[in-house]
Parts: sequence; C-alpha cells; structure tokens
Amino acid sequence: MTEAAPAPSRSAAPEAIRVTGLRKSFGPLEVLKGVDLTAHEGDVIAVIGGSGSGKSTMLRCINFLETPSAGTITIAGEPVRQRPDGTAADRRQIERIRQSLGMVFQQFNLWTHKTVLDNLIEVPVHVLHQPKAEATDRAMSLLARVGLADKAHSYPAFLSGGQQQRAAIARALCMEPKAMLFDEPTSALDPELVGEVLAVIRALAAEGRTMILVTHEMKFAREVASHVMFLAGGLVEEEGPPDRLFGAPQSPRLQQFLRSVG
Amino acid sequence: MRDWLQPHRIILALIGVALVLWCATQMRWDWLPKYAPMMAEGIWRTVWLLVLSSLLGMALAIPLGLAQAAGPWVLAAPARAFCTVIRGTPLLLQIWLLYYGLGSLFPQFPWIRESDLWPILRQAWPYALLALTLSFAGYEGEVMRGAFRSVPRGQLEAARAMGMPRLKILTRIWLPQAVRNVLPTLGGETVLQMKATPLVATITVVEIYAVSSRVRQDTFIIYEPLLLLAVVYMALAGLIVLLFRWIERTGPQTRPAGR
Ligand SMILES: Nc1ncnc2c1ncn2[C@@H]1O[C@H](COP(=O)(O)OP(=O)(O)OP(=O)(O)O)[C@@H](O)[C@H]1O
Ligand SMILES: [Mg+2]
Repeated sequence: MTEAAPAPSRSAAPEAIRVTGLRKSFGPLEVLKGVDLTAHEGDVIAVIGGSGSGKSTMLRCINFLETPSAGTITIAGEPVRQRPDGTAADRRQIERIRQSLGMVFQQFNLWTHKTVLDNLIEVPVHVLHQPKAEATDRAMSLLARVGLADKAHSYPAFLSGGQQQRAAIARALCMEPKAMLFDEPTSALDPELVGEVLAVIRALAAEGRTMILVTHEMKFAREVASHVMFLAGGLVEEEGPPDRLFGAPQSPRLQQFLRSVG
Repeated sequence: MRDWLQPHRIILALIGVALVLWCATQMRWDWLPKYAPMMAEGIWRTVWLLVLSSLLGMALAIPLGLAQAAGPWVLAAPARAFCTVIRGTPLLLQIWLLYYGLGSLFPQFPWIRESDLWPILRQAWPYALLALTLSFAGYEGEVMRGAFRSVPRGQLEAARAMGMPRLKILTRIWLPQAVRNVLPTLGGETVLQMKATPLVATITVVEIYAVSSRVRQDTFIIYEPLLLLAVVYMALAGLIVLLFRWIERTGPQTRPAGR
C-alpha cells in the first residue's frame, strides 16, 4: 500500500506545513482516510491524483476552508487549535494563519467589483492596516513581476483568464505569505494561456518559495517539484522525489494513472 | 444628438409642443397661484416620505435578505415570514392597520401619552412612514436574498482564504456586489414605491395627491389638477431613473462595455 516514509535526504529546513492523520468525510462519503504531509521551507510539493481523489479537499483542509473530520494541521510549528468537532477554535488564530498561506484557485476568484490593484491591496490595507502607499508600491512591483503593470487599474472582467490568474497569484503574494497553496491553477485556462501562468509559478519555485501545488500538468510537476504525492482512494498511495515517481512508479495504481494522463 | 434631427422625431416633438401649448391656453389654470404653495408642500412631503422610507426600508432589507440567504433558520424563517406577509397583503391594508391599530392602541398607555414622543405619535405621518418603510423592506428583502445568493461563492471563499474577518467580507465584498447586482431592479422598485405613496392620503397625510384632490373638491376643476399631478409623478420618476443611472455609471465596471 503506502510507500515508505519520506526519504531522509529531504530538506532539514524548518517545517512550514505539517498535516497529520487528516481525514475528511462528506456525509457518508469518506474522501480522505488519513493523509500525512510535511512541507519544509523551500519545498515544492506537487499533489497528483485522479479526479475526485481528494486533492482539493486536502488543500482546503490546510487553511480550514473545509473542516477536517480528524487530524491536525500545524503551520510553521503552530498547531491550529480545534474544537472537538474539528472546526477552528480560535477565529483570530485561523485568520492569521490564512493570511500566511496564499491560496490560488482554479477559478481565479478575483473580486470583480474592484480593480486589479484594489484586489491586491484589499487585505493588506483594510484588514492588516498597512499604510496604503506602502501596500500600493508592493502591489505595483508584484504586478510588474507577473507582467500586469499596465492592468493595475483594470477591472478583472477586462482581463484574459491567464491575466486573471496571474493577478490572483500577485494578490496572494501581496500578503507576503509563508507558503502558497495552488489548486489546479491552470485547469480553467485555454491551452494557449497555460504557459504564462506556469512561468510565473516556475519563477516562484526558483526563488525558493514553499508551495503545495495540486496539478494535472505532469510535465510541470516533474520539473518544479521537490517532492510529489500521489493521492488515491483517500490515501497517499505513493510519494517521493519527482524523478523516482514519474520515472519508476512502484504501485500499479500510479503506473496506470500515469499511463492514462499520457 | 444627431438622432434628434430625424423627421419623425421632429414631428413628434412638434406635436408635443402643440399639446402643451393647447393645455396651457385652453385649460383652466387660474387656480394655480392660489394652490401653488400648498402643492409645493405636498411635493416636498411626497419626496421625503419616498426618500426616507426607501432608505430605511433598504436598511431593513439588507439584514432581511442576508438572514434568508445565509442565516440560521431561527433568523431565516421569521425574515421569510415577514417578507411573505408584506408582499402578500395590500399596502393600503398595512397602512390602515398601523394607523388605526397602533394609532388607537398607543393612547391607552398613559406612559406613551405622557412621553415626549406623543406629539409626534399623535400625527399621521409616523404611521405612513412606518407602513411605507415596512413595505419597501418586505419587497427589497426578497430582492436582496437573491442578490446575496448571486454573488459567486468563489469570491467569498477567496476572501475567507485570505484571512478576512466575516464582517469585513460582508461589508467589503459581499454586500457591495449584491447591491451592485440589483441596482437596475432597485431603480424600478423605487419608482413603484413612489407610485405607492398616494395611499397615505387615506390617513390624512397631505402629500401631493391629497393636495390635488383638495383642489378638485374646492374648485370643481377635474382634469387640470390630475394632469399636473401626472406631470409631477413623471418628473419624480424621471429623477429616480436618472439618479440610479448615475450611480450605476460611477460604480465599478463589472463587464466590458457593449457585452
Ligand atoms: N462540499 C462537498 N460536499 C460533498 N462532497 C464533496 C464536497 N467537496 C468535495 N466533495 C466530494 O469529495 C470528493 C473529492 O473531491 P475533491 O474536489 O477533493 O477532488 P479532487 O481530487 O480535487 O478532484 P479534481 O481533480 O476533479 O479537482 C469528490 O467525490 C467530491 O464529489
Ligand atoms: Mg480539485
């Protein structure tokens, strides 16, 4: 079944995200049956698996967009305090932790009633009470980095999908997060727009950002990930360095999955 | 502007001018100077009843809509019941129930009669304002329920994922988009609300409709006051439409023009 524990050669950097014994059921449907994950600072963990295997659910449990049925989440050494029913016990704590985890969604989810720039500075200015000029400077340089400097004052509806996703990544970065969570950031994009978004993520990986990346882009996962997890049947079926997972998959399910995605 | 120079437009405009001239010269307007101050007062009363009841009604409609769209059932059920009752009964009935019901209940309590509020509660307008407010709240509560639901969940989730507190999500993301989505509806609803205001004349509130009735009773002139009344209401409706267009134009553009 589950592959051996993570190889000892993995990073000795401090832990950024640790998930232990994560279970999640929706009514009678048990989606996650005990998943463990550890991301050290600078790790890029790619999560792969078939549709409905619980990749999104796992990611959403990390910042408590979904309430875990069992298991604990520890962010930068700080366990998320939970009530007996699993919900986050301390609103302040979970809000602070969410602010340190930049999440990027498949559907971008930019706020359509605000310009791109206002999307970026919304939380820094109106929740974290940073000076507006400072947040704006940071936002503008982030927009320049993702190639959207000229779109700062546009509304999201006037942007292409690829541009919207790059703006959403910049919005997450503007919070200066400790780690990033990507949930299939290119799955909603037309094929010709995928490249520009992957380029941005590649650059983030190269600068040593901690990230967990749920993706269907196997080639990309192999290229940027430091560690790959294959989810199947609610468990981590196999995990390890990308070359081993993609080059010499052990479990029949992973072999079949890799064949099916080509 | 060029559009106005087309032949059929010019002809229509000429007919309009002729009609106005005919009305001005052939009908009886000699009563106007005498009643003008009264009419001005009536218009003013209609306007502030409309503005106040719309604003207060909207302030009530937001929690009513929110409770129905996202609240626990202990809040959602009463909100739903309120909207259903208000929308299911005639406004005239609501006005009368408040005025003759509450209005005759209050004097039975000495502490109300002796309070500083009594001089106000003895008048008719508080009951008119209350009835119009509750009515607007009932209709717009239903509208806001749909409006809150129409905001894409993903955008609220993004706000949550970024650690926004719940109240901030409501005031900065959810409510602004909900209101923006219903602005076109809201303009029409405000015009409807304006057209409901004459009903308060039945409880002795002298707004513009009551004034025009008064002119008719005093002078036995029938058409002219009604004509003027129609013009006043149309002008008010025009102002409301312009106001909402202006609000829509100044706000954020949520879709590319022309689409
Ligand atoms: N809120 C929910 N209520 C009920 N069932 C849910 C909910 N969210 C997810 N599920 C179910 O849980 C299972 C796992 O869903 P999840 O979205 O995590 O899969 P995934 O691995 O991300 O799939 P995909 O690759 O299609 O995005 C699916 O069967 C889905 O139908
Ligand atoms: Mg998913």
